[in-house]
Amino acid sequence: MVTVKAVVCPVCGCLCDDIELTIEGGCIVKVKNGCAMCETKFLNYCKHRILKPLVRKDGELVKTSFRKALEKAAKILAEADYPLLYGWSSTSCEAMRVGLELAEEVGGVVDNTSTICHGPSALSVQEVGLPSCTLGQVRHRADLIIYWGSNPWSSHPRHIERYTNLSEGRFEESEWKEYLSKVKSSNVKKKVETVLRRVSQRDEASASVSPIREPHLALSKTGRKLVVVDVRKTRTAEIADYFLQVQPNHDYELFEAFRALIRDEELDVEEVAGIPVERLEEIAETMINCNFGTIFFGLGLTMSSGKMRNVEAAIALTRDLNRFTKFMIMPMRGHFNVTGADTVFTWQTGYPYAVDFSLGYPRYNPGETTAVDVLLRKESDAALIVASDPVANFPKKAVEHLVEKPLVVMDPHMNATSQVADVVFPSAFVGIEAAGTAYRMDHVPLPLKKIVSPPKGIMSDEEVLKKILGQVRRIKTQSKAEAV
Amino acid sequence: MQVTLLTGRTIEQGVGKEQGKASDEYFESAAVCYIDPNDLRKLGIKEESNILVSTEYGSVIVKAAKSLRGPHEGIVFIPYGPWANAVVSTETDSIGMPSLKGISARIEPAPTEPILSLKELLKLQFGK
Repeated sequence: MVTVKAVVCPVCGCLCDDIELTIEGGCIVKVKNGCAMCETKFLNYCKHRILKPLVRKDGELVKTSFRKALEKAAKILAEADYPLLYGWSSTSCEAMRVGLELAEEVGGVVDNTSTICHGPSALSVQEVGLPSCTLGQVRHRADLIIYWGSNPWSSHPRHIERYTNLSEGRFEESEWKEYLSKVKSSNVKKKVETVLRRVSQRDEASASVSPIREPHLALSKTGRKLVVVDVRKTRTAEIADYFLQVQPNHDYELFEAFRALIRDEELDVEEVAGIPVERLEEIAETMINCNFGTIFFGLGLTMSSGKMRNVEAAIALTRDLNRFTKFMIMPMRGHFNVTGADTVFTWQTGYPYAVDFSLGYPRYNPGETTAVDVLLRKESDAALIVASDPVANFPKKAVEHLVEKPLVVMDPHMNATSQVADVVFPSAFVGIEAAGTAYRMDHVPLPLKKIVSPPKGIMSDEEVLKKILGQVRRIKTQSKAEAV
Repeated sequence: MQVTLLTGRTIEQGVGKEQGKASDEYFESAAVCYIDPNDLRKLGIKEESNILVSTEYGSVIVKAAKSLRGPHEGIVFIPYGPWANAVVSTETDSIGMPSLKGISARIEPAPTEPILSLKELLKLQFGK
């Protein structure tokens, strides 16, 4: 039995690097320090695996040799006029580098999952910049945390514990004790409400008993404060000191209202986005009076009405607040290496996502060269999907065209996209069976370890991509020679 | 009933996807729609029964679940996944990002309609 310490978790953008794994007989048998998703991944990665390359024959996926799958995949990509190469955010930076070389070679459009998560944020950052910092700074110094359109309790389960309100910083203490007492009082409240409900059902006269009111959550408390802005009460909102429930698609108005309030302007309305102005005034005052504030924003901003303009307003608010105090802003990145994908794409091509090589040089025009738009316009004539599942994540209409054309998939699991592919390559799990580099959501690169060996014959994404690239080059050289 | 549809991550769906998209956990965590208890009452929908969610982009049968964190009357939530994708908006507003939150939708009881498994759904939608 061996224990491996300081393992980086390859699940979400937090890239927690304190995971301890116990290995027995070449298998991971115990996970320490991980969240529910981390533990599930490390303990179940070997289930639902693809262990042999597959090709579609008479409508069914059948096992084949690696050589045959390689020949077929390379032929599809080499012969395509405008292939789409999509995914990348759940693999290593090293694999992405090869993928970009392949995209240039085949003259296709290459896009990563930012396109359906923080793509709009990238566009806003290109417009107005991003006052940001590392998560270490937030952990040690931030005394006001705002999660806006983000529910880390579900999407980044250890974010609050490791980097914000429940973390023990050098200059700011953890809020664990207060959180625990809040949970206890909330349980008592729920019991009282249940009793009241039962009583009111029995006796109509007592139905008018006034409901238990939310206790006034004091923003004047000492220590770190947690504010959550979301369209529904999430798990994260339940532990917040202050929760603002914004109407769906009205985040932009709320940002602009805050910008006006911190400039000391009066709003001549009673409420904005469903929230009374007096509550907004309290929050605005808290923002101005903090020592170090941070806004973490999620897909609540990028996927709803306004999209990149919502993020632009959020960054503008942060910029305005820096006239009074120190304020930072950071997107909550989902896939464990989506930040790495943006970074590698940028250093290789100059653009973070949606890069079109069809003219022989990189071109970037989100709305035109983005994966969903390419598919909706039915322009691509083949696709390579690496470490991603667009069939489970793209709107149905976009998937229809993806499935209609030859589709090559590289993934360790039998996911929705593998099930409808024409060629499937099994690959090793990066961070479990293959080493590599990944970028945390605050752009800190961390090494992913190889903990156990992959099943026999299974290669990493990087190795498979190199082989496809080599085969594509051979086909192209051959066809050029034949043309001469 | 006319509602606003949100899609997003839940911890159950996050765990389900790590179990594998072919797993029962993924199916149970993603083919579900969280509805405010008052809306469930108004529609006469029992928890765990099947409902039809439809938008101008498509329709899908999912399981009704009582939202634990109300009130959010008029707002329903389906976790990310192929079931949500059947009804989300394709509008990218010229920046590549489809509108996956805040979509106008309609929900109605469909107790006799079955919820399709991932395999059945893919077969029905894409013929593969």
